[in-house]
Amino acid sequence: MLRDYLPVLLQIIVAVGFAASALIVSVLLGKAGRRTPIKDSPYECGMVPIGEAQPRFSVRFYLIAMLFILFDLEIVFMYPWAVVYRDMIHGHPVVFWSMLSFVSMLMIGYVYALRKGVLDWRN
Amino acid sequence: MPSFLFWLFAGVMLIFGALVIINRNPIASALSLVVCFLGLAALFMSLDAFFIGIIQVLVYAGAVMVLFLFIIMLLDLRAEERRTMNWVAFTGGFVVAVSLLVQILAVISRTQMAKQTFPPLASPQTDDVRNVGLLLFGHYNLPFQVIGVLILVATVGVIVLSKRQLR
Amino acid sequence: MNPTTFFIFTTLLKIVGIVFVVILPMVSYAVYAERKVSALIQDRLGPNRVGPAGLFQPIADAMKFLLKEDFTPAHVNKFYYWLAPCLAMVPAITTIAVVPFGSTLFGVPMVIADINVGVLFVFAIASLGVYGIVIGGWASNSKYPFLGGVRSTSQMISYELSLGLAVIPIFLLIGNLRLTEVVQYQIDHGWMIVPFAGDWRNPLAWLLAIPMWISFAVFAIAVFAETNRLPFDLPEAETELVGGYHTEYSSMKFALFFLGEYAAMITGSAIIVTLFLGGWHFPGIPDGSHGWIFGLINIFVFFAKIVVLLFIFIWVRFTLPRFRYDQLMRLGWVFFFEIALVNIFCVAAILAFHAPPFPKHGLQADESDHGIPGGKMGPAVA
Repeated sequence: MLRDYLPVLLQIIVAVGFAASALIVSVLLGKAGRRTPIKDSPYECGMVPIGEAQPRFSVRFYLIAMLFILFDLEIVFMYPWAVVYRDMIHGHPVVFWSMLSFVSMLMIGYVYALRKGVLDWRN
Repeated sequence: MPSFLFWLFAGVMLIFGALVIINRNPIASALSLVVCFLGLAALFMSLDAFFIGIIQVLVYAGAVMVLFLFIIMLLDLRAEERRTMNWVAFTGGFVVAVSLLVQILAVISRTQMAKQTFPPLASPQTDDVRNVGLLLFGHYNLPFQVIGVLILVATVGVIVLSKRQLR
Repeated sequence: MNPTTFFIFTTLLKIVGIVFVVILPMVSYAVYAERKVSALIQDRLGPNRVGPAGLFQPIADAMKFLLKEDFTPAHVNKFYYWLAPCLAMVPAITTIAVVPFGSTLFGVPMVIADINVGVLFVFAIASLGVYGIVIGGWASNSKYPFLGGVRSTSQMISYELSLGLAVIPIFLLIGNLRLTEVVQYQIDHGWMIVPFAGDWRNPLAWLLAIPMWISFAVFAIAVFAETNRLPFDLPEAETELVGGYHTEYSSMKFALFFLGEYAAMITGSAIIVTLFLGGWHFPGIPDGSHGWIFGLINIFVFFAKIVVLLFIFIWVRFTLPRFRYDQLMRLGWVFFFEIALVNIFCVAAILAFHAPPFPKHGLQADESDHGIPGGKMGPAVA
């Protein structure tokens, strides 16, 4: 079984090797140009950069990431459920209802998030 | 071969786990933690726990650490300026870590559980996702529902805590 | 040659073949095709100077990427600035490892790694693709890349939910996460978008077609968003953010970002083909056990399906306008999320009444003696 995963390791090594060698070749072949202060400045469409390079961003992004983790967990539980569902549904119909109740509980939180406008980005 | 891979990934985990603490830059620490999680996932896989290994990548490396990066960026955490070493804290932490290690070793060397070998899976073709599913929706159905409540509490908590900024 | 050496040798051969002979040329010609098709749509000529009909343009582009000045601006965070393009490209190339791109060729299965959690592996590695973008945006230490990186991350994680939910009906039907099993099921019972093909007289099999089409639509659109393609290309919306997270990048480092994006598009199409469009199967063409020529034809069919999807990707890009960010988030979090969840329970309900005998091949057989689910294993773990 573990043998199935060896090719994955090889694939990752090949991909990393390709990325590294592409960068190295580019460094070796690329023509070095002059450095000027203008060339070294951050690109802001030709304007002189003003303010911080990394502005604060809306708390919504953070909320989205947090909600993503929670709903991702829900999805993770759905995969084993999907795999055993057809085997269990006839002898043990509880498998349907247990997932339905699990998801409905999460839906309470989801509806709450909707009502609070967390997922509404208009303003 | 598997034992070689075990030492490789255990080494990766230890090195990057240490880097999480040593790095001054919070983003570098967070990325080291990602690599550490990837090593952990590989260790799970070497134990034939493929589902858990993949979930480790999907949830921890792919979701939780993204949130960490977001928080670091949102709070605009810069690299620590203080370069001097707090020797009291360092020695204290070292003593706690070593005593924990000694304790774990002592427990493992005494207990019978450490010596038993786990029964191998029914056949090399056994699908561990199925096993997880059968257990989760059979024997452990109630704990599963409790997890649902836990996630609901977390969802509501997140929204309540950040509601002030929204409205 | 002993089996292990043979296994490693064939695996390396497959990896090199797929990555360097198929994916990389496909990426370069996808860029060429994109320029040609856009020219066609916009009534222009497109690239036509290098070689006949501009066919050597991708080679010229590759040379140019290699020979241009490799510039690292002074204001960036050097190490992470160099790391980000690699992080963006490696996951995109790694996900193709679990996709079966053909039946067999000389008895060797045409899949690099046939793992039992195939589809979860795809999602797990794809979720790591976020790091290249967010690190690129952060390390550039400049406003546009930073905003592009943050936007892109939040868009990608939002649509990961839709991706994950949209495929669950398929696995309810199949009961196995292995992608080769998904293809095998589609060969036996008809492609996922025509689930009634294997069982014409069963009305419930016809009923399954509706949720499968919903799944297909949600998944395909989420792949567009996941690969940052128009109409969801807000991370690099050139009218607001110049180039998004790769604004400060040039030469080969930019090329790696670009390559990663197109490779992600190809792997995304490959996943769509595998999950919904029958993989390498085409009605009437036998698999590779009937002769190596059929094995080659199977591989060709698989990549032909991908090319058709790539054409649709390009076609959509030059047809639809860009979404607004609030529309994008609403679509992912409200519309797709809800419809995919309802869809899952519809399929579950249909399957509860549908009650076909479960396909007992290989993996299921040795599990069926459990009786009470979990009964036999419970004490061992507890």
